[in-house]
Amino acid sequence: MRLETIAFNNLRRRKSRLAFLVAGLLIGVATVVTLISLSTTLTEDVQNKMENYGANILITPQSDNLSLNYGGISLGGISLDPQEIRQADLIKINGIRNYLNIAAVAPKVLGALEVKGQRVMLMGVEPDKEFKLKKWWKVNGRPLEQDYDLVAGAEVAQKLGLTVGDKVEIAGETFTLTGILSSTGSQDDQILIASLPVIQRLLGKEGTVSLVEVAALCGDCPVTDMVNQISEVLPGTNVSAIQQVVKTRMHALDQFRNFSFAVAAVVLFIGALVVFVTMMGSVNERTREIGIFRALGFRRSHIMRLILFESTVVSLIAGFLGFFVGMGMTHLILPLMTDNEVSLHWDPLLGGGAVCLALLVGASASFYPALKASRLDPTEALRAL
Amino acid sequence: MPFVHLKQIEKHYESDADCVIALNKLELAVEEGCFLGVMGPSGSGKSTLLTILGGLCHPTNGKILVDDIDVYGLSSEKRADFRREYLGFVFQSFNLIPYLTALENVMLPLAVKKMPVAEKKQRAIEVLGRVGLSHRVGHLPNQLSGGEQERVAIARALVNEPPLILADEPTGSLDIATSREIMDLFKQLNEEGQTIIMVTHNDENRPYFDRTVVLRDGAIDSDSARAPKAVAQAG
Repeated sequence: MRLETIAFNNLRRRKSRLAFLVAGLLIGVATVVTLISLSTTLTEDVQNKMENYGANILITPQSDNLSLNYGGISLGGISLDPQEIRQADLIKINGIRNYLNIAAVAPKVLGALEVKGQRVMLMGVEPDKEFKLKKWWKVNGRPLEQDYDLVAGAEVAQKLGLTVGDKVEIAGETFTLTGILSSTGSQDDQILIASLPVIQRLLGKEGTVSLVEVAALCGDCPVTDMVNQISEVLPGTNVSAIQQVVKTRMHALDQFRNFSFAVAAVVLFIGALVVFVTMMGSVNERTREIGIFRALGFRRSHIMRLILFESTVVSLIAGFLGFFVGMGMTHLILPLMTDNEVSLHWDPLLGGGAVCLALLVGASASFYPALKASRLDPTEALRAL
Repeated sequence: MPFVHLKQIEKHYESDADCVIALNKLELAVEEGCFLGVMGPSGSGKSTLLTILGGLCHPTNGKILVDDIDVYGLSSEKRADFRREYLGFVFQSFNLIPYLTALENVMLPLAVKKMPVAEKKQRAIEVLGRVGLSHRVGHLPNQLSGGEQERVAIARALVNEPPLILADEPTGSLDIATSREIMDLFKQLNEEGQTIIMVTHNDENRPYFDRTVVLRDGAIDSDSARAPKAVAQAG
């Protein structure tokens, strides 16, 4: 028999008291786990959704001219720089330090050609990447699949009188119009889209691209860092961040996280209070018992150890259970908060954190009661003697 | 040299209105191996004397020496060690811990001692055997009769092999037959050499004592050890 045996037996043979103590802390820990895992999972979900808002880094050829176009209004004709980006260089982007944060690199070549007697802007794209990046594109028909497939912007389709399935001749080659984009209200309405190699050949721009859009998914790294990293590997290009997009994303995520931490803190505080009150009550209720221990020759430090050991056991149980209950709650709540299929992450770090948190709160909430218990005057405690 | 020596013990309780003198310059010496009964009416200071003897309550004035150790000269933690090593308490209402079995209750004083667990257990079983409870070791206090609980309490006081046992009305809540059994047990322990100081107001216990001290108003009213002398003087 050791001190721990006494504490252990007390918990084991007074199950309702143990249950009450555990419940107080468990509710706190479970809420924190729920909120943190919800916020982590939803942050990922939101990040994925924000990817739909398109690229946030733009790579363009270096140019000495100032751009003469704003919001789709262009002053002067289509002026394409003679300089282009070498397509072979793009592989270097995969070598930057934060390359794991890159969701998509979408190169495209731009040029004007005559179609049905009108000069039309043609854009060559890598279909899988482009359509992944521009999830807001609604294609009536189907997106690009083969080399001679063609997708038309809403306005160009209307002006040229094109319908899905039409054969379109461009520079002597025949394309099949597989889809028409719903109106987007942007420049995309004005262009014909086909696969990159074909357009490069038609425009005589093999091996070069005019523009690269990059979607970088970075929850916590500054996008300017990534811009610098890309600039380093692609000299002779202009790499710029679309700051607005980045900042809006970060702001939304930060607010969500702050909110969940605030709620978690309040609930945890209440949990600590429950443990404190219960421990305090338990000390008062055990005054006599503590008096007996003291009379039998237990030191003050022994009484402290006894109470703190009990609270440690309670905290450990509450920590473990709280983690699992919290994860269970997240599992139940998650479908209500997002339409996407989001998988639950079993993060061992969160589990460890939950247990540590329970220990910390449990220990600090029972420290004063333990101190009070150890200071009890044994004669006060043993009125009967 | 007496084993227990109370020197000019005074204990005052200050209350709002007045000051109650519980013990008044009490002088008492107890030899090793003695079975001392402390008797007296309620409020005579018996219980106060026992708490002070037990190192649980500071006297207002005076000194207590046990085995030549100045009990209240020790720090609070050292006094706890002293209680563990020197004293065995048998409380009035048994004061067993409700969530511990008879065996565990007996092992309590050993819980904070550095000793192999198996040895602690063996010692406790042995002591429970001595008080005739070998068959009840695994029972919780509420599964034991009053007499059995008392025996567990006595076993707990004995397990540490303390030189001195302090008992407070150990038969107070027992029927006459059980009281006799318990007193026989104490007597037997005393005959084996155990020093016992017992507070009681039950006159039936008197024949068991080697020496009886009667308190009145916090002072010794009569002492059987001094009685022959008093008789002699009177004579």
